[in-house]
Amino acid sequence: MNAAHAHEAHHDELPRGITRWLFTTNHKDIGRLYIGFSVIMFLVGGILAMLIRTELLRPTLLFPPEIYNQIITVHGLVMVFAAVMPATTGLANYLIPMMIGAPDMALPRLNNWGFWLLPPAAVLLVMPFFLMLFGIGNGAIDTGWTMYAPLSVQGGIGVDFAIFAIYLMGASSLLSSINIIVTIFNMRAPGMTMMKLPIFVWSWLITAFLLIAVFPPLVAGATMLFADRHFGTHFFNAAGGGDPVLWEHLFWFFGHPEVYILLLPTTGILPHILSTFSRKPIYGYKAQVYSFWAIGALSVVVWAHHMFTSGMPVAAQLYFMYATMAISIPVAVLFYCWFATIWQGSMTFETPMLFALGYIVLFGVGGLTGLVLSDAVADQQYHNSYFLVAHFHYALFGGPVMGIIAATYYYLPKITGRMYSETLGKWHFWQTLVGFNLTFIPQFFLGIAGMPRRIPDYALQFAHLNMLSSIGAYILGSAQLLLVYNLIQVMRGVGKKATTQVWEGAQGLEFTLSSPPPYHSFETQPVIQ
Amino acid sequence: MPAVTQSKGHYYVPQPSPYPIMLSGAIFLIAMGAVLEVNALKAGPWSLLLGGLLFVYVLFHWFGSVVGESEGGRYHTWEDRSFRMGMVWFILSEIAFFGGLFGVLFYERNISVVSLASLSRTFTPYPGFTAAWPSAGPLGKPFSTVAPWGIPALNTLILLSSGITVTWAHWGLKTGRRAAAIAGLAFTVALGLVFLGFQAHEFYEAYTKLGLTLASGVYGATFFLLTGFHGLHVTIGVIMLSVILARCIKGHFKPDQHFAFEAVSWYWHFVDVVWLLLFVFVYWL
Repeated sequence: MNAAHAHEAHHDELPRGITRWLFTTNHKDIGRLYIGFSVIMFLVGGILAMLIRTELLRPTLLFPPEIYNQIITVHGLVMVFAAVMPATTGLANYLIPMMIGAPDMALPRLNNWGFWLLPPAAVLLVMPFFLMLFGIGNGAIDTGWTMYAPLSVQGGIGVDFAIFAIYLMGASSLLSSINIIVTIFNMRAPGMTMMKLPIFVWSWLITAFLLIAVFPPLVAGATMLFADRHFGTHFFNAAGGGDPVLWEHLFWFFGHPEVYILLLPTTGILPHILSTFSRKPIYGYKAQVYSFWAIGALSVVVWAHHMFTSGMPVAAQLYFMYATMAISIPVAVLFYCWFATIWQGSMTFETPMLFALGYIVLFGVGGLTGLVLSDAVADQQYHNSYFLVAHFHYALFGGPVMGIIAATYYYLPKITGRMYSETLGKWHFWQTLVGFNLTFIPQFFLGIAGMPRRIPDYALQFAHLNMLSSIGAYILGSAQLLLVYNLIQVMRGVGKKATTQVWEGAQGLEFTLSSPPPYHSFETQPVIQ
Repeated sequence: MPAVTQSKGHYYVPQPSPYPIMLSGAIFLIAMGAVLEVNALKAGPWSLLLGGLLFVYVLFHWFGSVVGESEGGRYHTWEDRSFRMGMVWFILSEIAFFGGLFGVLFYERNISVVSLASLSRTFTPYPGFTAAWPSAGPLGKPFSTVAPWGIPALNTLILLSSGITVTWAHWGLKTGRRAAAIAGLAFTVALGLVFLGFQAHEFYEAYTKLGLTLASGVYGATFFLLTGFHGLHVTIGVIMLSVILARCIKGHFKPDQHFAFEAVSWYWHFVDVVWLLLFVFVYWL
């Protein structure tokens, strides 16, 4: 036993060189890898978004339509799977062991594997663009990120690449989910009972449950799609008794909970930030935890609200409509708790707080427009219009992305030991807020006026609003460069040294460790009173 | 050094390891190879071969190092619990996977085929198509199904017996009767192989005599999807059981500490239960 301990004492020295990052079993290194990867893919997806808005700037065709289809599809897949999910997983890896007083994640090698499945998946998604330049295949997947059959059955080599990218990303998500669940159940410090867990940890626990429940059926569906494409099966073909709508069920059984998989971790980080900068304890801890459970449970039984126009019995439409609307109740509980947390607090408005408040406003709009879409009758009008595009960008940028940026600013001094430039941070926030609203408010009006999504050209009557939207997108996109600049400066060691506490009102085990925290956070576990 | 006295003070965090990223590289090559292969591009088979070899190499060494750590006494109650929970949640994700596949079966039987046959005569592209199960769909070639009370029933019996033999082996290991453990595992592996042989025979018969192929409409596609994925899991199970058998023969495992054995037996029981559902809903009803 002593010999074993002496041997292990070696890895207290910081590993050096590139192999530190390739072979690491350290949760903080892996967390940083996830976050760095996410930033890169966020920029890739962002460049694609700029291309989309450039095409739509004026009512002419800039790209061939099939290239436009590839751009919108890869934008969606990259943002969902390669930018937002790795960011929340990275935060989980970095923070959860520190928050619960664990020595590391429970299964460190699987943790490393989970990360290193993602870069190959991203390569698989993006590579067909470049293969096309060499005359191989006809480009990336061009079916829209939902990959509806029969279009995806008929599509080119890009669809095959996307199917395998989904396999890799699915395996990665399952590995990290299993790891997070086991870590939370098995690695808590003595005295850290479940109802004392920091609320971010709770939100990730529910997220991990959801991933384990819904990602495997998508993998099954992707396999069926692959078989329909190459092995002569008829899962999604009526001539053989199959049904293209079956794909929609399989996809949305995953796809709807996926929205909450993206969202929940950020609803978990938000109370920490609000409480810190209001200098008040989190309001309604239990209510929020129970809301997470309710959101998680409801999210797997509402998927067909994405399919109101696909043809469904009226009884099913009514069920999916009411079940969807029911989710707004636990979500509203979260909103009340957030308001009550900042109510009468002595608030200050550092960058993380600004983004957290922006989150509440923008995600609020996303949630309320979601109620509009969940109305089965009204949805016949809104379905696949730009109203929908605006709605889910309010829900997914206004929620997860704003939350991730808030968390990044909040934990950046803790992770790097340096304060970022507050001035640039505030510029980043206001430019993001203005740019985002300028991009997506016009799209609500465009959608109501009847502009369909996923079409590269449009009627002249939509020209002015589209130009406004594109200008907004350029403001929004360039704003993110401020974040990148700020990140690079902090990593270069510019800026004030951060204290252990970092923020005056910050609470939690992670703020009892130095900034940056030691390579191994808790050699001996703290005891929670 | 009995495991129970280990305090909760020190958790074994493994050294940096090259295997995870190598495994990802192998999987990337396999994915590339598969995509290139189905699109008839030349590099496909080479990428598949290279990826496959690397995959096997890495699994061998990664599991080898874990076995070494386990036999070297690195794992105690706390680490053991992590492994157990990890395996349980992995099996739950497998349940979600097969849940999705069975959902597909029920959707086809009760919704898609039925609604395809109930279209109004004015609009249907397939007049005269009636709902029935099994169905090859409106344009599929006729086929006959595998009779449930022949080989499938025998296979049910074989898998159920293998569940008993693996439990017998577990009892042997826990009570220190290593010969019983080895015999039980050997029987289990043999039964698994017999099952796979019967399944291969059944697939061959289906293709050559019954006209039941992947292209036989939704029934054929779903039949091979469900039984094929189950067969794949049995194959993985047999490989894992063989490894455990070899380790038992080498003298690994203690009566109170044999996580790998238990994990594989949980997996085997899971595969067993999936087969029971398959037998009832695919072959019989």
